[in-house]
Amino acid sequence: MLRRYSVHLSLATVGGLIIYLAHQEYLSLYIMSVLMFMGVNIILSTSLNLVNGYMGEFSCGHAGFMCVGAYVSSLLGVWLFANDKVFGAPLLNPKYTLYAFPLLILVGGIAAAFAGLLVAIPSYKTRGDYLAIITLASNYIIISVIENIGAIGGSRGFMGMKQLISAMEKRVDLPWMPIWVFLFTVFCIWLMRRYISSTFGKGVTAICQDEVAAEIMSVNTNKIKTITFMVSSGMAGIAGGLFAYILGYVNPGSFNILKSTEVLVMVYLGGMASLSGSVLSAILFTILLELLRPLQIIKWIVIPLLLIILMQFRPEGIMGNRELGDIFPKLKKFYRFK
Amino acid sequence: MKRLLTTLSISCIAMIMAVPVIAADTIKIGFNLEMTGDIPKVGESSKFAAEMLKADINGAGGLEVGGKKYKLEFIYEDNEAKAESAVTTTLKLIEKDEVLAMIGPNSTKQAIPAGQVANDNEMVMISPWSTNPDTTFNRPWVFRAAFLDSFQGPMAVNFAIKTFKAKTSAVLYDLSNDYSKGLAEVFKKLFEGKMGAGSVLAFESHGTKDQDFSAQLTKIIAAKPDFIFLPDNYNQVALIVKQARQLGYKGEFMGSDAWGSSELMTLCGKDCVGLHFSTHYAAAGATGATKEFIERYKAKYSYTPDDVAALTWDATGVVLKAIQNTGGLTGKLKKDRKAIRAGMAAITSFGGITGNMKFNEQGDPIKCGVVVQITKNGEFAFNESICPE
Repeated sequence: MLRRYSVHLSLATVGGLIIYLAHQEYLSLYIMSVLMFMGVNIILSTSLNLVNGYMGEFSCGHAGFMCVGAYVSSLLGVWLFANDKVFGAPLLNPKYTLYAFPLLILVGGIAAAFAGLLVAIPSYKTRGDYLAIITLASNYIIISVIENIGAIGGSRGFMGMKQLISAMEKRVDLPWMPIWVFLFTVFCIWLMRRYISSTFGKGVTAICQDEVAAEIMSVNTNKIKTITFMVSSGMAGIAGGLFAYILGYVNPGSFNILKSTEVLVMVYLGGMASLSGSVLSAILFTILLELLRPLQIIKWIVIPLLLIILMQFRPEGIMGNRELGDIFPKLKKFYRFK
Repeated sequence: MKRLLTTLSISCIAMIMAVPVIAADTIKIGFNLEMTGDIPKVGESSKFAAEMLKADINGAGGLEVGGKKYKLEFIYEDNEAKAESAVTTTLKLIEKDEVLAMIGPNSTKQAIPAGQVANDNEMVMISPWSTNPDTTFNRPWVFRAAFLDSFQGPMAVNFAIKTFKAKTSAVLYDLSNDYSKGLAEVFKKLFEGKMGAGSVLAFESHGTKDQDFSAQLTKIIAAKPDFIFLPDNYNQVALIVKQARQLGYKGEFMGSDAWGSSELMTLCGKDCVGLHFSTHYAAAGATGATKEFIERYKAKYSYTPDDVAALTWDATGVVLKAIQNTGGLTGKLKKDRKAIRAGMAAITSFGGITGNMKFNEQGDPIKCGVVVQITKNGEFAFNESICPE
């Protein structure tokens, strides 16, 4: 019984504790901001792992989908609930922000999932290096499109999302942003875990092993690829939406190829096809970036060096393609996570 | 192997722990700079200028506030030219380092979100370089040291009418560059307002990565304007001017502060000699404090300071002046930050090396710009100072 609910319990305790400490201001805003970006990074790295790890494709335009999610959810949110010089007065009463907020983020995710078709459809015919170039191109397309839409700020960026956060906090005095980031992070990992362990997910792994063989074994590869790409980019969109609301400002320049590379690094650091590896590496990477701050410019020598050392001695990443439970089998006694 | 890893990790931790010991009676000011990432040169210039100012003041015994001398301590943080990193950096400076005020970030992409955080947490922030109106708009705690983009429009119009005796003009701008587009539109409106509708004979645009401008230039040259307004980045300016000269255009060009890179003359050569553009300050032909700053900077870091360096020097100077205006620090963080905000508002005129400035209610400076002319040696020589009307 306890084993069955231990994960739920521990998550609720950890989440509740963080939110409580933040509310009582025991945790400083600085630490909270690092924790929130950690959540965003976890969603990003796990979702990219779906494509790069589980399905064995190489996508390097993940930040593009994040950009779609960020823009859609912020534009929609500001249009509906905030005073803005582009959209004018709010369409709905700002006191409903609290209920609509998760929907806004989800809509951003759905929009990003459809943007994922940009990569999914060409993937029927190409794979490997060629598909990698397509993902790269899609990242550029998305950024250029947004840069050229003057009405939403273009290369100047878009802002006004902070009004929604303050509207939520006015309604119920809680640190809402950390709460949403935490909930969405847990939701995304849960969804990904369910997806991968489903029958459908077995098809994803089959494509990774051998696409032709999978096709022969009656796996509908095109369908699976489409859905996997859409799920992965949809998650990136959710991460983007959260990212935009944490910052209160989006700029297409924040989602360039460098951001995509950062996510790639997290995936490979954690290990391919390992959810817990991606989570661990996202946490580690975020903390490392903050801890090494005093080194300033030397930081960018130390971090790549650490990566090289890691790849030298552990080329499969921190976890390899195993989960936490495979490395420490005794842990399985205490939890069950599906 | 294991030992090696242990040694590595221990040395890493040791480096992290090696935080400098803080002496009593210091004033801490944070710098949120782009030291790595896309534009490391910008962060470096800022840091160098700030280091020079700190050495000056600490060498003279420190900053006198309310009859007491304080040593300055500048904390430089790298925001990696990323928006999210600029936010965490700002929060770190506010909460962990407990600085009194923050200089930077320079680039708009970082300055807007960082300004939000500084404003929410009630700490004075001043961006030396950001020219986007949103950085300071409706944010009483956020200031800037550079004039807004839109101010360069009237500068160019007034200068051209006065010096070139221009009655007609043409504009070529970069469509995907917001700075260029905004400036071109402001210019067109003002010029037509002064010289009558239709006096801008051609209004042409190009893309960021374009290399060939002959189609637009042919059209412009055929219209025979008195001069061409070119609010573009220096690398495109070099190409455009060269191609215009090849097509037989002999007239004037007028540009904006994006021309002001030392790379311009390397790319453009003799074709650009004699052209004018508006900018924040002129390095060649400078006098007084500006000249002294340029010479000392050059001697110390062996290159001519760009506008970021000069603007950082002024931004830091403004903050120090505001601290002096408080008339004495209490040592209580919140109270002192509030006093500094009041001190910023109390500045009636600050004599900086980029000109005299004071702040309007939005935290934007009211200051003069300069028009410079490119000399034969490739220097940007002072030609005329233009002030807001």
